[in-house]
Amino acid sequence: MSQDLSSATFSGYRRENGRVGVRNHVIILPVDDLSNAACEAVANNIPNAMAIPHPYGRLQFGEDLELHFRTLIGTGANPNVAAVVVIGIENGWTQKIVDGIAATGKPVTGFGIEQHGDHETIMEASKVAKEYVQWASELTREAAPLSELWVSTKCGESDTTSGCGSNPTVGNAFDKLYPHGATLLFGETSEITGGEHLVAARCRNDEVRERFMFMFNRYQDLIERFKTSDLSDSQPTKGNIEGGLTTIEEKALGNIQKIGKECMVDGVLDKAEAPTGPGLWFMDSSSAAAEMVTLSAAAGYVVHFFPTGQGNIIGNPILPVIKICANPRTVRTMGEHVDVDVSGLLRREMSPSDAGDKLLESMFRTANGRLTSAEALGHREFVLTRLYESA
Amino acid sequence: MIDFVVHDEGDSVGVVVVEGVKAGEEITGWVMDQNVDIKFKAASDIPIGHKLAIKAMQEGDTVIKYGTDIGKVVSDIGVGEHAHVHNIKTKRW
Repeated sequence: MSQDLSSATFSGYRRENGRVGVRNHVIILPVDDLSNAACEAVANNIPNAMAIPHPYGRLQFGEDLELHFRTLIGTGANPNVAAVVVIGIENGWTQKIVDGIAATGKPVTGFGIEQHGDHETIMEASKVAKEYVQWASELTREAAPLSELWVSTKCGESDTTSGCGSNPTVGNAFDKLYPHGATLLFGETSEITGGEHLVAARCRNDEVRERFMFMFNRYQDLIERFKTSDLSDSQPTKGNIEGGLTTIEEKALGNIQKIGKECMVDGVLDKAEAPTGPGLWFMDSSSAAAEMVTLSAAAGYVVHFFPTGQGNIIGNPILPVIKICANPRTVRTMGEHVDVDVSGLLRREMSPSDAGDKLLESMFRTANGRLTSAEALGHREFVLTRLYESA
Repeated sequence: MIDFVVHDEGDSVGVVVVEGVKAGEEITGWVMDQNVDIKFKAASDIPIGHKLAIKAMQEGDTVIKYGTDIGKVVSDIGVGEHAHVHNIKTKRW
């Protein structure tokens, strides 16, 4: 080990509820599609505030609506966010999201557009956003141990180099973070198909294993219900196949290299659900990059490890996404997207442990404030998971 | 110089990790779990990231990678040949 992790600290923002974030965003959060324009206008007025537009939030119902609320509240509650302005077309659902975020103790104010119109809403919301931005600018970082760091992972546009290079790099880093009480996350339910027995064997106890298999089988049932083929070109994707991955089983076995060799699966979460303690958690989630990363942010994760083979370029508005790549062609042709080049692994120039250390070094620098490539390039993909049609 | 990697010695395929492998080339592989080198002659042009067969496989055989089942052979594959969606399919879905 290049660094003794037991005494290692990162420098973050301690929030009102005790959680530690690594970014200090003031966000302007729409409840629904109709409110995107007002949110973007506020962020235009107040340049240090960030609007997070999305296309949903109208006539959703049941579990799908609950997931919508959980995702928006979780995004606002994430410790990478200092303060939140919420804007919705009407007051009821707006207030529900405000109340959910307010439970963290952070500053949050909501605005309903009806009976005010865009002009008045934008003006009033801009006044609050300006106060929040100035207030947040005086917050300072403090040292925090690894037991206060929440790290999620999900890979994208994987190829065969992911399974033998970038994913084992994440696995090595997870194995090193786990003993120090970090809170870790993986997911991508459909992308475990063919390796589900290996994940089940890593579950902490029978209760966790049963819950994992419940989530796994629930997703298999969904695929069986709606599929029109063997999912060729969807899972694996066209990009995966171009990169040499042939079947879902092969992709899954590469995917699960991300959970390392030693850490156990301590618990299972539904989509956008927050973990209740340290350890490695599995979250039932789509394998689409922006959906899964958005759910990770909503669950409270503050740093994300994203291995890629062919070069997925995803970012997130509030969650710094660190790209790890072992494919020398991708590193050569798309280097501006790659934060951690581990292509030396496949030339035997570095060991898996060296690669894990290199990722951890990038993790500390990112947590301490260095922008990731995705942040510097302006990637802010915020994609809400939908469970079914609106009413 | 490593041209391809194999996860486990029991695997039936390896992954090309360099660009421009051509049919007829002598290529060197690294078996990662056992840390040994093996040599094969490529029987097809194989792009970076794509697999070559390191064992002959017949239609209906199971393909092994990471020491685990990754699908079934749908068209015979000779040693050193390109192994991908044209001769291997998933057993799921």
